[in-house]
Amino acid sequence: MGESSLVGRAHGLANPAVQRAHLEALVLPRRFEGALADSTLMPLKALEVNTLQVNVGKLCNQTCRHCHVDAGPARTEVMSLEVMRACLDVLERYDIPTLDVTGGAPEIYPHLRELIDGAFNVGAHVMHRCNLTTLLTGPCQDLPAFLAERRVEIVASLPYYLPKQTDAQRGVGVFEKSIEALRLLNGIGYGREGSGLHLHLVTNPVGAFLPAGQSSLAQDWKRELHRRYGVEFNDLYTITNMPIARFLEYLEDSGNLQPYMERLVQAFNPQAAAGVMCRYLVSVSWDGRIYDCDFNQMLDLRIADHPGMTIFDFDLERLALRRIATGQHCFGCTAGAGSSCGGAVA
Amino acid sequence: MNDTYYRPQDLPRFGEIGEGAPELWQKFSEWYGAVFREGALSEREKALIALAVSHTVQCPYCIDAYTQACLEKGSNEEQMTEAVHVAAAIRGGSALVHGVQMRNVAHRLQR
Ligand code: SF4
Ligand code: SF4
Repeated sequence: MGESSLVGRAHGLANPAVQRAHLEALVLPRRFEGALADSTLMPLKALEVNTLQVNVGKLCNQTCRHCHVDAGPARTEVMSLEVMRACLDVLERYDIPTLDVTGGAPEIYPHLRELIDGAFNVGAHVMHRCNLTTLLTGPCQDLPAFLAERRVEIVASLPYYLPKQTDAQRGVGVFEKSIEALRLLNGIGYGREGSGLHLHLVTNPVGAFLPAGQSSLAQDWKRELHRRYGVEFNDLYTITNMPIARFLEYLEDSGNLQPYMERLVQAFNPQAAAGVMCRYLVSVSWDGRIYDCDFNQMLDLRIADHPGMTIFDFDLERLALRRIATGQHCFGCTAGAGSSCGGAVA
Repeated sequence: MNDTYYRPQDLPRFGEIGEGAPELWQKFSEWYGAVFREGALSEREKALIALAVSHTVQCPYCIDAYTQACLEKGSNEEQMTEAVHVAAAIRGGSALVHGVQMRNVAHRLQR
């Protein structure tokens, strides 16, 4: 299990260029660009930018085994006040309806409340990707109420409805704390029918296999979480693990990389490809660079035609029509029912 | 290792069996696909049944494929192990219940 980050262990895969090289070196039945071309989607282009996804940094209280961010408690990359305010400036200047806050663990980002308040004040809808366990720590005690007052949509990670699988991926004791945090959120109305406070759960497979169908799985989850723990939530998002950072390390160490990638390629779904999230969002890194998505950000795969663009010279018109930089990792977004930050896409 | 009847790399070649009788293969494929689609039973339940049956027919290909399918449909190892126990119980039970035949024969011969 991820005792520490790849960076902390000075692992070769800590370097995004090495990750890209490992993925490119695989011999797979087809290339992602070829699959796109067969579906008349090549070159892959953005359709609009309806979401500004802001990754506030790699600092996290956990070191989950599958983390594509390679986050952890010893990571120091955190978004500065200056970059954060530039994100708010973009939300103010342009009509981008949604701010999607991710990390690391955004809850322990020192400027989180200013970011959310700023977005709320310009009328943006805010989505907050929450790891749950942070909510039990002292400085976050009043965070749920703060989020509720601003109608922030919470998207919380819980890989499975049982402790064994969840702890195997996220660390010993994480399941129990996550349930406690979910109860706390339910207690103030989050996830409760009719409250208007949305609490969605994200599940990703605990291992080298594809996620289950979202709707059939949601029924099992609702029943089991309610029956076993009295926990309620709105929607369940299923997300495919991406062959990036620590999940890539796990795939390599467990001998699963080749078969997993073959499985993703074999499950390529053109409908999912047409709906990939990079066509609707842009992703901002802790240091202000703009990327097509959080995955490209972690692989340091820059925007094809504007590789140097940052939040300080953000140009919505160009971004809304941009060509998207792709690679073999993209098969993770198009396998089966597809996968995005909002779950399945097809 | 190559000189065995069962090789993992043969599983993805299943479709090659269609070359000998394409129409029959097509019928089988359509029917097979329909069988495993969500119906009165969920896809997850069907995959668990398939996993159990795979163990009774002791087909390594099916065990490989349906272990993966069960995980992908959201089952966990506990549920899958129970499914295998169901298969094992039926196999064991069906052996044992034939003991009644043994008893019938024994009693006839020793009447
Ligand atoms: S997956 Fe999320 S909670 Fe886990 S280490 Fe990565 S950022 Fe932290
Ligand atoms: S990995 Fe990023 S760029 Fe590739 S398809 Fe997925 S969202 Fe798009």
